[in-house]
Amino acid sequence: MNLEHKDLLGLEHVSREEISLILDTAESFKEISTRRIKKVPTLRGKTVINLFVEPSTRTRTSFEIAGKRLSADVINFSASASSFVKGETLRDTAQTLQSMAPDIIVIRHSAAGAPHILARLLDSSIINAGDGAHEHPTQALLDMLSIRERKGRLEGLKVAIVGDISHSRVARSNIFGMTTMGMNVAIGGPPMMIPRDLEKLGVTVHNRLADAIRDADVVMMLRIQFERQVSSLFPSIREYAHFYSLTRDTITLARDDVIIMHPGPINRGVEIAPDIADGPSSIILDQVTNGVAVRMALLYLLGGGTE
Amino acid sequence: MGQEMKVVMDTQGIERCIERIAYEIRETNEGTQDLVIIGIRAGGILLAKRLSTKLQDIDGTDIPSGVLDITLYRDDLLSGTGKPKLGRTDIPFSLDGKIVVLVDDVIFTGRTIRAAMDALIDFGRPNRIQLAVLIDRGHRELPISPDYVGKSLPSSLWEKVVVELSPLPGNDRIVIEN
Repeated sequence: MNLEHKDLLGLEHVSREEISLILDTAESFKEISTRRIKKVPTLRGKTVINLFVEPSTRTRTSFEIAGKRLSADVINFSASASSFVKGETLRDTAQTLQSMAPDIIVIRHSAAGAPHILARLLDSSIINAGDGAHEHPTQALLDMLSIRERKGRLEGLKVAIVGDISHSRVARSNIFGMTTMGMNVAIGGPPMMIPRDLEKLGVTVHNRLADAIRDADVVMMLRIQFERQVSSLFPSIREYAHFYSLTRDTITLARDDVIIMHPGPINRGVEIAPDIADGPSSIILDQVTNGVAVRMALLYLLGGGTE
Repeated sequence: MGQEMKVVMDTQGIERCIERIAYEIRETNEGTQDLVIIGIRAGGILLAKRLSTKLQDIDGTDIPSGVLDITLYRDDLLSGTGKPKLGRTDIPFSLDGKIVVLVDDVIFTGRTIRAAMDALIDFGRPNRIQLAVLIDRGHRELPISPDYVGKSLPSSLWEKVVVELSPLPGNDRIVIEN
């Protein structure tokens, strides 16, 4: 059983069978994190480089734990502590890395397509941990695993994804992955935060929160990103929250057994009310646990390379 | 060049082996205290269940049983074109201080058992590990030998020994194919 390509650059071209394989494998990996010795020797002697040019703590730590639990040697390169500050190009960095012969490189970069460049230049398996606003495939995979766990299936479920879609690589990867798995995806958000013609990806688009989350099995709230100048897109945080926040009142439009998700970090009181984020319908913490399992599954499936 | 197939044991034969092994386990360990049965996925799962049930029938006590998936401990994982499909390990109890009887349908090179022991040691510290197999077909590549054997079946390397256990009664058999 293998994935079709040596890299995971996004979910746009990943087949249904491959997604199922990754999710099934991840499920088996969950059990390892409950053992006393949370380690298996599978990737012993393999080198995993975490190349996080765009900073991250959660995703990077998740990949680091995943690699270490598989007994791999995990090396972290972060933007500030590396040659990028000195102006080294991605290509030169890549070729430097190549001479260290890593088996897997996990890359997060603010430029869309950066992982694809590495995949072309290097023999190592490349995992995209987020490239600009393009894709964040491991997040979407852990989201789908979390949904499948709670609901027992993916096909036919209605998912609402609400927020600043245009800047969200999480939304994009989820749209690709979920439509591939036969889910009904409804997008919700203000018109200037939703790319034009998004329906072409097989989703429905709504500008009113109520329309997006009505009868939804799953509601996924995206973070309103302060650092991307909210003021130029929206008059104020409060106004956004007024129209698009998931609260005790608005959540009643979804199904009674709805599950609430969020890729994190949460802006309490902005896109999601604190009591909803911490309430019984929320599976936000499950998502984090599943993140390690999904990343272990990917390192396992991609690690070892082609001999 | 056709495929030859010979049935070397039927349902009754298998049942008798399991019964004898159960009695041997009980004799060697002077009872069933602290005994747990762990079946190696996939061939050892049904066998472990049957063994544990048989021991319970004989002894009247509850014998915990679990399933061990050894895929991640294999020594041939990274040399080959495909990754074997990972299965779940399900051992919902501590192994510390226990007598673990590892169960598999066939022992061949012994590498599966080596992997299983490494996995068990990562789980905890059993008092003893013993090995029960239905068929020993020879050709060991490691110094590992079973404590309980259903049947010794010397075989050639190009033959395949297949143990077919069915959850439905009366459908078991062991065949050797060319």
